[in-house]
Amino acid sequence: MTERARTAAPARGSRPTIRLLRFLLPHWRRLLPAALAAAGSELAAAALTATAAWLITRAAQQPPLAAVSVAIVAVRALALGRGTLRYADRLLGHDGVLRAVAGFRTRIYEALVPLAPAGTPAFRSGDLLTRLVDDVDAAQDLLLRVLIPVAAGCVVATGAGVTAALLLPQAGALLGLLLALAGVLVPGLVLAVSRRAGRAEKAARAELAAATLDLTRGAADLAAYGARDRAEGRARDASARIAALERSAALTTTSASAVVLLLQGGATVGVTWLALRAHAAGALPAVHLTVLAVLALVSFEALAPLPGAARRLVAVRASARRLADLLDTPPPVADPPVPLPLDTDEPLGVDITDLRVRHRADGPAALDGVSLRLPPGRRVALLGASGSGKSTLIAALMRFVPYEAGSIRVGGRELRDCSGADVRRVITGMTQDAHVFHTTIRANLLLARPDATDGDLREAARRARLLDWIESLAEGWDTFVGGDGATLSGGQRRRLLLARALLADPPVLVLDEPTEGLDPDTAAAVLADVLDATRGRTTLLVTHEQSGLAAADETVVLEGGRIRPVSLNSPATVAR
Amino acid sequence: MQPVERRLMREVPALRRHMAYSTALALLGAATVVAQAGLLAKVCADGFVGHAVRDTALAALAAVLTLRALLTWARGTLAQRAAADAKHTLRERITSRLRRTGPLRLAARRHGETATLLTRGLDALDAYVVGYLTTMTATAVVPLTVTAWLWWTDWTSALIVVVTLPLIPVFGALVGMHTAQRTARQWRLLSRLGGHFLDVVAGLPTLRAFGREVHQTRVVGEMADAHRRATVRTLRVAFLSSLVLETVATLSVALVAVPVGLRLLAGELDLRTALTVLFLAPEAYLPLRAAGAAFHDSAEGIAVAERVFALLDEEDDQHDEGTVPQRAARLLAAPDGRTARLRLDRVTVRYPDRPIPALHDVSLTVRPGEHVALVGPSGAGKSTLLSLLLGFAVPASGRVTVDGTDLGALDADAWRAQVAWVPQRPHLFAVSVADNIRLGRPHADIAEVRAAARAACADRFVEALPNGYDTVLGEQGAGLSAGQRQRIALARAFLKDAPVLLLDEPTAHLDPESEAAVTRATVALMRGRTAVVVAHRTSLLPHADRIVTVRAGALVAPRADVTEGLPAS
Repeated sequence: MTERARTAAPARGSRPTIRLLRFLLPHWRRLLPAALAAAGSELAAAALTATAAWLITRAAQQPPLAAVSVAIVAVRALALGRGTLRYADRLLGHDGVLRAVAGFRTRIYEALVPLAPAGTPAFRSGDLLTRLVDDVDAAQDLLLRVLIPVAAGCVVATGAGVTAALLLPQAGALLGLLLALAGVLVPGLVLAVSRRAGRAEKAARAELAAATLDLTRGAADLAAYGARDRAEGRARDASARIAALERSAALTTTSASAVVLLLQGGATVGVTWLALRAHAAGALPAVHLTVLAVLALVSFEALAPLPGAARRLVAVRASARRLADLLDTPPPVADPPVPLPLDTDEPLGVDITDLRVRHRADGPAALDGVSLRLPPGRRVALLGASGSGKSTLIAALMRFVPYEAGSIRVGGRELRDCSGADVRRVITGMTQDAHVFHTTIRANLLLARPDATDGDLREAARRARLLDWIESLAEGWDTFVGGDGATLSGGQRRRLLLARALLADPPVLVLDEPTEGLDPDTAAAVLADVLDATRGRTTLLVTHEQSGLAAADETVVLEGGRIRPVSLNSPATVAR
Repeated sequence: MQPVERRLMREVPALRRHMAYSTALALLGAATVVAQAGLLAKVCADGFVGHAVRDTALAALAAVLTLRALLTWARGTLAQRAAADAKHTLRERITSRLRRTGPLRLAARRHGETATLLTRGLDALDAYVVGYLTTMTATAVVPLTVTAWLWWTDWTSALIVVVTLPLIPVFGALVGMHTAQRTARQWRLLSRLGGHFLDVVAGLPTLRAFGREVHQTRVVGEMADAHRRATVRTLRVAFLSSLVLETVATLSVALVAVPVGLRLLAGELDLRTALTVLFLAPEAYLPLRAAGAAFHDSAEGIAVAERVFALLDEEDDQHDEGTVPQRAARLLAAPDGRTARLRLDRVTVRYPDRPIPALHDVSLTVRPGEHVALVGPSGAGKSTLLSLLLGFAVPASGRVTVDGTDLGALDADAWRAQVAWVPQRPHLFAVSVADNIRLGRPHADIAEVRAAARAACADRFVEALPNGYDTVLGEQGAGLSAGQRQRIALARAFLKDAPVLLLDEPTAHLDPESEAAVTRATVALMRGRTAVVVAHRTSLLPHADRIVTVRAGALVAPRADVTEGLPAS
């Protein structure tokens, strides 16, 4: 999270889990049947044993068959019902929880929209993004593995306590007390232990992951510099530390289940003792004696999932905190209250004057005093060292980051006065982090212009020099490209992104590093195609590749936060 | 037991011990279960007939219950420790195994896969060891003990248990077989639908760029809904087996309890026996029911074990001498790099996954102190040539020699100690900048590190970092640009001060400014050393004594033959 987000989050640390629940509870109508089925299934199990105990004890008094026939039916019904209820519990639970999570996903998605791509670090790292999605799924755990088992446990514990109290008040009091103790004390113990042990183990695991990555990806460097033994030692140390921590954690985490068993034992012996005394004093009928003893024994079974639920809660809490931070992050760019319309009819140019952009309010300026003119119908190539702010300039043009001073005017209109969506209808193209979706080539292209005809698609692909390849594929336009274009080569991926940008055909086309990550030969070929395909369009081409730029209408370089023109005849002037 | 499981038992002693302890503790546990049922039945029956409250019986019951809690605790603790030990053993073995795979092959492996396997991946063994194995030992011991006791107490009830107990695994297998194929198909659909949200979120900047973010809000909801429906459809089948198992188990308890009640009614049975039967019967089914649930957890653990063994069984790369310690005695000392002549003699290199050799019949001689530049299109074999000189790649035919001695016969570490290598994409480690530069000389002092950084034109940007030379780099040098990373690798080479330099496109992927700086640094480094430089750009070429073009695995201008035999200048 950025500093800005942190200061703008007054609710930070104030029970993020509760906040997460507040998002999910509106779906209570879906969740209630699930919780009821779970409680019903646990109650059926307890009732089965208790009724069977009553049946046997009553039968020992040798009454007529009619006196126990209801119990016989009940035992059989409960035996059948238990499995069915458990099945219903699992299905209803998953259905209800997934419905709640679907709503929550939409909610998180809506919160993410104004933050993409500059508002949160998640968009800069695949790992953070994966974690974010896992965090959203943690909502599922919160309901399915924490909330529902706890609700079911509470119902069974209350049911058992009340039944015991009706039969013998003091037995009910003792049982209720011990059940409450097991239900509160044990999860509390687990929470405390997992939180303490978790931190040290997490550090050791991060160390092991880093050391292993060094041993694999850095294998050649380590071998060439004779440093393999040292790196291997680091991995071994981390592994030994993890094992030691896990061993010591084992002692404490299992003690939670042992405490539940001890409390169960205490309840069984205590309740039986009270029942025996009451029976001896003539205050308790003989049949209830066994029922109470059995009730004490079985009522604790419903509490068995609680230590696990507590462990799960620790993980959920970390996820909930990160999500709460995300929901509190203010969007980097806010639309004006009354946005002015942007004209898109005539060919547009862009005038940037004295632009200043900061990524953080208190940070250094990423761009300071940048002025650049994109004349209508001309292709301007923007060169610059890595980190000189080229991508920041594009982000400012597309209203992904705000500018604090200076102006950007398109067709005479100041961008600040327009809505971000309108601006991106005019200025768009291929961004630095352009994504290839896990769908067909056609759908990936249509994204840029949903109403494009097949002819438009072919034309865009042709100009990106992708058409022959697409038509050579067995499934042609309907070929799936894999997660983030995994089945494409680097060159094909870049050309697909280029075709998409060309299909969008905005009045002002921006292309951020269209040759990034390609080997020099492919890069030169793609760059030549880019320049060829954008002839006669208002285009801003950002690149660090200077060979082959002679075909651009104009070339400028961004250096020290300022723009200056450059002549490509003497590349040495750039290098100097 | 599957072959993988047998191998796990064989190769991980902690698991064998775990099985032994776990079985013994399960047996003791079964004894406490029997004692608990018997004592509780006795206390209730005594109370029922109006005997005085017996404190000794209650105390015995309390003792048994306490013992049961202790046994459960011991069993859980030992199981978790066994899991921790097993993971540690496998981690150690994987770490040692990595050494036997060629460094280039390791580096080319899918990113982070081994790291994930070593950390989170292996954790899947927890469920297997703690859940599945522990339940399996209980399954082997508890039903037998409990049923035997039941038989001794009341054989008619025991008969019902004996008949119904085998139904659980039989039904489980039947339902499992029936549903396996359908479930597998469903899981594939599920994983695709499940990945949709990540895909959309990752592509959100792109969606915004094209104004499609609002439209996708609806799609996110729809896909989540489709995911839910598919999940519930899958689970409806997947949970069927547990429905059958649970129902068989609970119905069996009813099957035992009702006849016992009827026999009590007829006066054929005493209450104490009846209660013992009632308390014991469910215990016979419990481990089997638990095993059904644990079976699902075990699948993931077994899959991970399979991946671990696949990694351990990978064929050794024959060229890495470190693998075969007995050969170490016969390795020759490396010649002095300062005066050594490097020679490739009709060398052919093949990579296992490619039909065309990377280098074909290549001969080249590099004199001491000579600067040779390799040029040519990408994929022509330039990097392979450097790998040969480092001993990372082995010739399929031909010889690589250093002063006439075969490189394969030399102590590789001693030879590499005389070589400084700057790869195209150097790996930076998640340690401080200074320690990254110290890679080849861990005990160099900070003044030497600074001098090396200055020589590599890296001093200015390093000093601008938040903690200067002590700045700890992110994973793979995150936070540094490609040019900066390359200059740190050059600083490594400066600090190592080795007589032979192998540089792989030190200026590729650099912006103009970085290229100028790195060129200056590289030229300074080459002075007075033997250097083979892969140079795609022109800026380094003027500084080479000789330019060799590599194309499609062969040297195009075999000028090496012309200079062959000339005295070193």
